[in-house]
Amino acid sequence: MTPRRILVWPALLLTAAIVASCGGGSSHSNSMQPIVTSGSNVQTVTVNAGPANNYANGLFTTVTVCVPSTSTCQDISGVLVDTGSYGLRLLTSAGGGALTLSLPAQTSGSNQVGECAAFVTGYTWGSVNFADIKVSGEQASNVPVQVIDPTFAAVPPDCKNGGVPADDSLQMLGANGILGVGPYAQDCGTACTQTGAANPSLYYGCNGSSCQVIAEALTQQVQNPVALFASDNNGVIIELPAVSSPQPSLTGSIVFGIGTQSNNSVGSATVFPLNSSGEFSTTFNGQTYPGFVDSGSNAYFFLDAATAGLTVCSDDSGFYCPGSPTNFSATTFSSAIKTNVSFTVSSADSLFSNQADFVFSTLGGPNVGTFDWGLPFFFGRNVYTAIESRTTPVGSGPFWAY
Amino acid sequence: MGPATKKSVRKICCSISVSALSWLLCALPCYASLGGDLSSVRDDQARINASLLVTQTSAYSVHELHSPTGQVIREYAAPSGKIFAVTWHGPWAPDLQHLLGSHFAEFQQALQSSNRRAAHGPLFVEQGSLVVELGGHMRDFMGRAYLSDQLPAGVRAQEIR
Repeated sequence: MTPRRILVWPALLLTAAIVASCGGGSSHSNSMQPIVTSGSNVQTVTVNAGPANNYANGLFTTVTVCVPSTSTCQDISGVLVDTGSYGLRLLTSAGGGALTLSLPAQTSGSNQVGECAAFVTGYTWGSVNFADIKVSGEQASNVPVQVIDPTFAAVPPDCKNGGVPADDSLQMLGANGILGVGPYAQDCGTACTQTGAANPSLYYGCNGSSCQVIAEALTQQVQNPVALFASDNNGVIIELPAVSSPQPSLTGSIVFGIGTQSNNSVGSATVFPLNSSGEFSTTFNGQTYPGFVDSGSNAYFFLDAATAGLTVCSDDSGFYCPGSPTNFSATTFSSAIKTNVSFTVSSADSLFSNQADFVFSTLGGPNVGTFDWGLPFFFGRNVYTAIESRTTPVGSGPFWAY
Repeated sequence: MGPATKKSVRKICCSISVSALSWLLCALPCYASLGGDLSSVRDDQARINASLLVTQTSAYSVHELHSPTGQVIREYAAPSGKIFAVTWHGPWAPDLQHLLGSHFAEFQQALQSSNRRAAHGPLFVEQGSLVVELGGHMRDFMGRAYLSDQLPAGVRAQEIR
């Protein structure tokens, strides 16, 4: 990729100074968001190239997993923090990942439980195992997690029929694992507890390499570990500074709990309850589209080239490459609750021209008929994700607030 | 019938046009795939799913199916009966092998040649006249596929939703 031009950055971002505070943080505004950096419920997160050294806008942290009720533990760094999925998935060393700790397997009768977890651009396949999970001062015990392992049983046809590739290597996944801290407690929910045609075929009982779909109880499903913390278990806040130009890395915090401590109050943030699809809406140029907020998406993914008035990159149709930085304004809303969001998209080719940079506040790409507010949306904006059915001082989850 | 057998059952029932056997087997949705012919499965669709909704425009018909897992699939058929577009939306990942039919291999080939530094989010694939768009996130998947050279006259891709 070749540099095309010097980018002109919006004045808004230049003036969006970030004030780091320790343990405070009761009031927020979009132009100056305090970032909590200390507390037993606070964990450092970093946007950088990740363990595969090729991730643009990847938000990573370190998670400690232990054999349940023991002190046999392993720290796993380079785990992607993803508010668009639910549950912890770790790539084994067999797949080039970091996990070498042997965790006890979940069984169904005499069979080992496996899972095919679908993401939009890939799937993860492997066994379900139990771990104690520790992040910051928080702990969840005996949590079903997915161990992504290319040497586990043969991938079932239902899993392959999605047509997207297996994220079964460090190169494909770009991370040592995924920490799914989105607005649901399980990665499937009641559908997977059913038998017959209504079961969506995520969980399997595997006898050797042969696997058959099973009904999987809610408590046995891969779980959002936050929902299993003893306290601070109703959601998370991701707090990242504003970004004025491409840079190699960016440091912020994930804060556990919403309104459970002095450092995680909602303050003046606007609360957006989610619909039954786990989404809200976005209005752009008078048209309304479904929308969602997702730290695991690495750009503003929205609309199509014609509707947005942008061109996709000639060398990668996944990103936009406008001739010059282009400003947009859209309205995110949930029923009568509305907030205007302004953002800028510049050429991915230009952004990627410096090989050392991995943090991009103006990266965008197509997403026909939908708004996916990915990681750039989080820069300079504290984003709250509340888990379904969990209460907070500003109402029950699921919701986003910012 | 157990979910583990559903793919083979789908193939069987979709290959039999009108028979008592197909009626018995089609407890799961039978749907035509991209580039396929709607007429061979229309009768099956009507039987298997009371919520099947067919809407007609002057340029095409839309056949909407609701699967037992909560997925909504829409097939766009030209007056000739040939399916030029499919869309999907629901809590689970789509069965693209079935939806894309004979174009599935083409789609997978395009993925392999795509740049991987890269978009982590939705997926946009254009390979010849085949356009495939995948979006959403875990527990909510949406997307569409169409053959750009087979859109009926006057039909724009934006209409396919």
